[in-house]
Amino acid sequence: MTTLTTRRPIRPSGPTGPTRRKRRLDLTVPLFLSPTLLLLVVFVAYPFLRAIWLSFTETSLLGGTLGFVGLDNFRTLFTDPSFGTFLSNSVVWTVGGVGLQLVFGVIGALLLNQRFRLRGVVRGLAMIPWATPSVLVALIWMWLLDPNHGLVNAVLTRTGLMHSPVAWFGNAHSALGTLIVVDAWQGIPFFAVMVLAALQAVPEELKESARTDGCGFLRVFWFITVPSILPTVLITLVLRLIWTANYIDLAYVLTGGGPGIASTTIPLASYLTAYKQGALGSGASYAVVQAAVLAVLVAVYIRLTQRREA
Amino acid sequence: MVVLERAGVAGGRTRSERRSRAVAERRSVPLGAGLKRSLGRPALYVVIALWMVCTLGPYVVMAVTSVTPQDQLIAYGMSRLPTHFSVQGYSELFATTPFVHYMVNSAITALGTVLFSLVVASAAAISLSRFRFRGRTTVLTALLVAQLFPAVLLVIPLSTMLRSGHLLKGFLDGLPKELDEAATVDGCSPMQMVRHILVPLLRPGLTAAGTYIFIFAWNEFLYALTFTSSTASQTIPVGLQLFIGDYQIRWDLLTAGGVIAAVPVLVGFMLVQKQLIGGLAAGAVKG
Repeated sequence: MTTLTTRRPIRPSGPTGPTRRKRRLDLTVPLFLSPTLLLLVVFVAYPFLRAIWLSFTETSLLGGTLGFVGLDNFRTLFTDPSFGTFLSNSVVWTVGGVGLQLVFGVIGALLLNQRFRLRGVVRGLAMIPWATPSVLVALIWMWLLDPNHGLVNAVLTRTGLMHSPVAWFGNAHSALGTLIVVDAWQGIPFFAVMVLAALQAVPEELKESARTDGCGFLRVFWFITVPSILPTVLITLVLRLIWTANYIDLAYVLTGGGPGIASTTIPLASYLTAYKQGALGSGASYAVVQAAVLAVLVAVYIRLTQRREA
Repeated sequence: MVVLERAGVAGGRTRSERRSRAVAERRSVPLGAGLKRSLGRPALYVVIALWMVCTLGPYVVMAVTSVTPQDQLIAYGMSRLPTHFSVQGYSELFATTPFVHYMVNSAITALGTVLFSLVVASAAAISLSRFRFRGRTTVLTALLVAQLFPAVLLVIPLSTMLRSGHLLKGFLDGLPKELDEAATVDGCSPMQMVRHILVPLLRPGLTAAGTYIFIFAWNEFLYALTFTSSTASQTIPVGLQLFIGDYQIRWDLLTAGGVIAAVPVLVGFMLVQKQLIGGLAAGAVKG
């Protein structure tokens, strides 16, 4: 897009351009864009504003609002002793999950960038977890990690690495960590493929000339490869942070936020409060807090991508 | 080195001379790289194989479980391989559960979403990629923000549509602007230009974007969970989640449902994975 900004083929540039054509153009764009904008208003702007409004109200179980309560929902939320746990769970879940994805994603990308037989097939197969329904990912791992019959416990106890089977999702100490590992399993491929695309865009001439200048493998990597892939890695990183912070499917199915609240994050608390307990108002207040925190990341993401386009 | 070699060709050197030169140059590469190359080969294959086992192994376990007789699953779980295969999990799944309903609902939802989203998203992509108008940057930013926020507010399907629009826009951006220019010079109205030039060219992009939408619509869980309440409208992910609660120990049944849930998306994905990955990655690299 960068190169195209100087050329505007559609709109007649000089004063010679007939105004009739200009008017027709003005109709094409609104016509093409209005469905998207309409959907945006109905499904994004409206629910967003409604969530903010709900967070200031008390709601009945039937869904009606009982009245404006000001900051009461937020006061309750911030004084709730569980909120600290939700917050720290959110941070651990997001940073842990994305951290694993970053490290193994970059390693994976470097591997997939090597030359080896069946590379195209391997690249496709590696992405399979990304295309798998989250509920199915949850089901597969629930079975693999099953305390009585699961393969993982069987292998670990038989090889002597563990004395007795562990209820990975049933134990307050291991639930969140196990969820993070499952999330990483699902999320690493996407990260790897994004970084791989950036690796393939690194100009070979640059690496070649660095090599002839006497740079070893590590120095070529550090001085040529890393700076070239860094923007893509950053963009993917921020995108994954936002996405993972909001991702509650796995926890919902695998632990339901438990045991107790040991694996409940803020968005999961929001969902459970709003839709399981029927308290839409206080559920919405969690969502508003989450959105406020994420706004910072969204701003960073926009800055990063716009610098790219400029 | 490439430049040097080309210069060599221009200078009329023989092939053998160039080869010996290349060998000499390869030798001049620091020892570390050469050492890594010779040691790296088998190690590389081992690591890749390990990765593939970790990625595909769980699916194999699921598939094997779905055809393991129920009594063997109850007795040994996955600690022993099944002595024989049984399709009882599948037949019971279809006979005693509303799984067929879930499948029909999933198919209708996913295909409907694909059709609807492709129309809306291509229109948006065309106007944002091929036309310059006031407020264009604002719309682009709004779309970007909308993609990132909805997850909190449970409108994930829309964000999928927006991302597919992004995918299509990237595809369109790659088509030369001269085409539009030529059409306009030949007297095409913007509408005619879109119909006769852009839509036909967009077709390969539509395959990738359509598959992308299909994958997300088929997999979507939270929205369907929240807004459907009976088997008349529930999709496979919602159904599977209900089964996990209801059939806690019937792993043959659960994994049979899992296999059926996985097949359409994974087949679709593998068919167009090259274009799909290319499109997704181009978005990340170009921004």
